[in-house]
Amino acid sequence: MEQVGQRKIDGMWLTVVGFAVLFFLILPTLIVIPISFGGGDFLEFPPNSFSLRWYESYFSSIEWMSATKISLIVAVMTTAIATPLGALCAYGLHCSTPRIRNTAQAFVIMPLVVPVILTAVGVFSLYAKLGLNYTLTGIVIAHTAIALPFVIVTVMSGLQNYDFDQELAARSLGASRAFALWTITVPQVKFSIQTGAFLAFVTSLDEVVISMLVSGGENATITRRMFNSMRDHLDPTIAAISTCLIAVSIGALICVRFLGSRGEVNE
Amino acid sequence: MFANKSQTIDISNLCKSYGSVNALDDVSLNISAGEFLTLLGPSGSGKTTLLMALAGFVRPDGGSIRFGDREMITTPPHKRGLGMVFQSYALFPFMTVAENVAYPLKIRGVSKSDQKIRAERALETVELGGYGNRRINQLSGGQKQRVALARAMVFEPQIILMDEPLSALDKKLREHMQIELKALHQKLDATIVYVTHDQREALTMSDRIAVVNHGRIEQVETPERLYRQPHSFFVADFIGESISLPVTVAKGTAQLGERVLKSDLPIALGSGGHRLVVRPELLEVTPGDVPETANDLSGYVHDIIYQGDSVLVIVQHDSVGQINVRVPANRAGQIGLPSKGERIGLALHPEDTIIVPEHIS
Repeated sequence: MEQVGQRKIDGMWLTVVGFAVLFFLILPTLIVIPISFGGGDFLEFPPNSFSLRWYESYFSSIEWMSATKISLIVAVMTTAIATPLGALCAYGLHCSTPRIRNTAQAFVIMPLVVPVILTAVGVFSLYAKLGLNYTLTGIVIAHTAIALPFVIVTVMSGLQNYDFDQELAARSLGASRAFALWTITVPQVKFSIQTGAFLAFVTSLDEVVISMLVSGGENATITRRMFNSMRDHLDPTIAAISTCLIAVSIGALICVRFLGSRGEVNE
Repeated sequence: MFANKSQTIDISNLCKSYGSVNALDDVSLNISAGEFLTLLGPSGSGKTTLLMALAGFVRPDGGSIRFGDREMITTPPHKRGLGMVFQSYALFPFMTVAENVAYPLKIRGVSKSDQKIRAERALETVELGGYGNRRINQLSGGQKQRVALARAMVFEPQIILMDEPLSALDKKLREHMQIELKALHQKLDATIVYVTHDQREALTMSDRIAVVNHGRIEQVETPERLYRQPHSFFVADFIGESISLPVTVAKGTAQLGERVLKSDLPIALGSGGHRLVVRPELLEVTPGDVPETANDLSGYVHDIIYQGDSVLVIVQHDSVGQINVRVPANRAGQIGLPSKGERIGLALHPEDTIIVPEHIS
């Protein structure tokens, strides 16, 4: 009896600690939401009054809107390029010999391991020669490079749970490799691809360091403008924008979950 | 629909190496039209590599593969017109049973209504008529394998390849499916190449068996001849139960210790010395003296093991060591086996005296 009671208390502790960790993980994210609805001129928590004025300030500012547009365009383009590229890369690695796979994987994962600031400085100096700094193309290429590993890693793990004989079976039954890949393999790793796409999108949208160096002028991303704005005059518009970004991220996550739950077959 | 005609497969000098490992070492093999040929060998022997080369998934380093009179070596898998069955079934889990079976027809541009009719007919052939609307995860292992079979034959391929299709099934079902597959082969007019590591399965189903070892074909024979007249120690050891004793061969006669062995079977050439292969059920227990015409392997009973359908007697031979003898249980009762420590007469007849080289030349 005593032991059972002891176990119950242990279980309770685990739950408490678990929730505490969860709480501290999301608290900093959640705190900006009430701040963004404050009526005062400064970031304050808890806010003294309720108002939508900072949202109004965000949505009515041409500068903020254009930066938002740039960020969304960059994120969508990064996703559009990184997802098929990363998925095909994962497929290629999955099909190759273990030696090639391990070597290539090390290179592919590099952008995840190397401090972003190094990547940013490298990209900046390279772009200076190529004339790609402050261009949309430049920022999309840089974001694609750092988003690719997320797509590759998620799709590769998806492929690991997939019976690859299915694709061979389809090919032996008369399907070309591309047709077998598209009609048999892709539908079954769809969820991994969507997750990879989501991560690519969020990676690009949230990215600050590379954007600080490489984007600018009329092609400045929202994160870059937010950083500059914080340096110059800190006002709760930042909180309103952050809240919107959180909403977009969560929205994208829900999309992936919703799409993924349909048609995904797990055997 | 065109008249179906099974095809010959001619493999010559096929080579494939992975680094320093020869997965296929100059393999040549001719398979007749409509034959059921089994590639039998231990894991890593190259039998699956050979099958994958036939399917087009492994690109050989050299050699030739011909289906009928068409060279296939550079033909991509989807243009080889093969049906293939995998160990993992490889069914498409997001499609229904009927959609799975109709997949090859759909690719071939068969009309929707024909697809339906032919898929259902193929399912009836494997005794799964009416299962078309089921989902794959609603099927048992045996049913899944039947669907995979139906899918591989629905487009009436002239050649069907099977990669250990029954090894994921339990023993009872596996034995049942072996008989069914054999019967199905008689109905289909197709050449079947079957890969397995299970020698009993190979003996049960095949017209001929090709024993594969270290990327080479050791012997191609009918099951009976393979069992009765193996050409190498590997084949003798891999197929059936046996014990082996070292013998010396000179001028076409073999000697076990001091005694010359009488054998009706040809002694294959090879390297690394020769061995006498004794199958436990081919030894005859003689109550009296061993007849002059047979080889005498008599000794003392070391142990008697009752195994239900038969009795295994372990005999301590005077000079060569232990020999196992299998006696059917009812016969053991009739002749009355000697008990432990007593002398037992063992005759090995010349037609059962198998002498093989250690390595094939």
